[in-house]
Amino acid sequence: MGKTIAEKIFDSHFVDNPSGDIHVIRLDAVFCHEITTPGAINDLIDRGKDRVFDPTKIKAVIDHVTPAKDTKTARQGKVLREWAGRHNIQDFFDIGRNGVCHAIFPEKGFVRPGYTIIMGDSHTCTHGAFGAFAAGVGTTDLEVGILKGVCAFHHPLTIKINITGNLREGVYAKDVILSIIGRLGVNGATGKVVEFTGPVVNAMSMEARMTCCNMAVEAGATCGICLPDMTTVEYLWEFIKGEYATKKEALEKFNGFSPDLDAVYEDVIDHDITGLEPQVTFGYKPDQVKPVKEMEGIKVDQVYIGSCTNGRIEDLRVAAEVLNGEKISDSVRGIVSPATPKVFSEAMEEGILKIFMDAGFCVTNPTCGACLGMSNGVLAEGEVCASTTNRNFNGRMGKGGMVHLMSPATAAATAIAGYITNSNEFRE
Amino acid sequence: MKKFSGKALFLDRSDINTDEIIPAKYLTEISRKALKPYLLEDIKLDGFDKKDVEGKSVIITRANFGCGSSREHAPWALEENGINLVIAESFARIFRQNMYNCGMMAVELSAQAIEHLFNDFAGKETFVETDIEKNSFIFQADEHKQEIPFEIFEFDSMLVEAGGWLEYADLKY
Ligand code: SF4
Repeated sequence: MGKTIAEKIFDSHFVDNPSGDIHVIRLDAVFCHEITTPGAINDLIDRGKDRVFDPTKIKAVIDHVTPAKDTKTARQGKVLREWAGRHNIQDFFDIGRNGVCHAIFPEKGFVRPGYTIIMGDSHTCTHGAFGAFAAGVGTTDLEVGILKGVCAFHHPLTIKINITGNLREGVYAKDVILSIIGRLGVNGATGKVVEFTGPVVNAMSMEARMTCCNMAVEAGATCGICLPDMTTVEYLWEFIKGEYATKKEALEKFNGFSPDLDAVYEDVIDHDITGLEPQVTFGYKPDQVKPVKEMEGIKVDQVYIGSCTNGRIEDLRVAAEVLNGEKISDSVRGIVSPATPKVFSEAMEEGILKIFMDAGFCVTNPTCGACLGMSNGVLAEGEVCASTTNRNFNGRMGKGGMVHLMSPATAAATAIAGYITNSNEFRE
Repeated sequence: MKKFSGKALFLDRSDINTDEIIPAKYLTEISRKALKPYLLEDIKLDGFDKKDVEGKSVIITRANFGCGSSREHAPWALEENGINLVIAESFARIFRQNMYNCGMMAVELSAQAIEHLFNDFAGKETFVETDIEKNSFIFQADEHKQEIPFEIFEFDSMLVEAGGWLEYADLKY
């Protein structure tokens, strides 16, 4: 019987089968940030187990609240910083070099096809864009990962989503994934791996694939995954050129994880995006999705462009194209947070930050910031935010606030208009 | 092993997420104890009163409980309030795993069984007795008593018995 990519990755990392369909697998990387890791570190200390399985396979960043906003967040950073120092974790990114975890780790070349990765963060599924199995976990799984370099999962049943059709002008990966979540529902892929395939995915950049995989968890998925191809190799080439003679050779190696033709899927869904319009969420669940034109005119108080979903250079370019020469509405607070220092400096060199500032946006340092309502743009009760992030849960960006998820293009257009609107009229 | 019996709290909604169970602003608390007063602080549920949590040991709820952020603070906040068992139609994967990893229980029953429990017991003072050997719950309110069998994965019961995944894994791997 044929195997899916996730099954092949599990096979190549097999450690134990303690019971039933449980696979204990070896981990290639454990990612850490300052919100969930200090709890794991403190607990390991309490248990007399303050060890790490391999400091070269642990990568850590302070990204959620940075610079620290108060004593408590400063303490979180301190615990992570001291732990990284004590265990000689070289790949630790502190202020000035830090960015949103799911943007900075791929950018540093820490993710490879066929890798197994865990992190104490639900959007770890982002890294599946590289053909890796990457899953968000809680503190205890994280502790075991740090200590032993293993994690336990049920057999990875896979849903294949074959995305076909042509993207219209003003429609992006974010609109595609919102339409998929709308179709699957917030519980539609719980505990499953979602494999994104088809011509639309093949044509996507790595950034766009990361946007899709990032939101797989909003349909309950353990991991979103894209098959590695030449786009993946090109993105990674600067990091792997010492390991392979040619790009073709690298691709051949990565193709070893490609699904078999007779691989068995839990479900295969054809998702035709021909005619798809820009999408936006309307409620407190990410599957409550509508075309923007049905939400046209809803006033917003704040527009947030950033996060691990849409804070990459491509996203900023798209938003800047809409904002160029325009001013945002007087009634809107615009905030943009380039997701990493590299994105920040590229945006600076390309004149993108100037476009944002001239339009009236506040440019913040790379951070999760307002995305989880902890700093840099928390909403007041009753306020509405148009956001390029991934969660619209009640209270997500501040108690009593409402979040509408959308693409960077739609967010930029909304900032100009002061209400939810389509980006097309602002394009030249 | 933790205690899995006691008074039931009924939360009649699907998709209750971890931001509702414990808001992000409390993630910087250093001790688990500090989470106790904030359990379900931001839940959107008509008629819910924070006082409803007091003295409860078991939660009965609908589908996809614990979706959203991976924070293990959600099970911790439950445990600090004496709640070690959640019974639902379904759970988000990470939340479910976090529960067993902490030696707590997240048990799924069919939509139909959950519907019956809500019809028969919600709004009454209900006591749940959990028999882990027999894999069954006994629900009791006033004169009304009902036995409900359940299934959990063998691996999950191994974790409950071991007191969690960390001790298990450190010994074994
Ligand atoms: S940007 Fe938002 S969703 Fe992404 S890791 Fe940060 S807090 Fe989580």
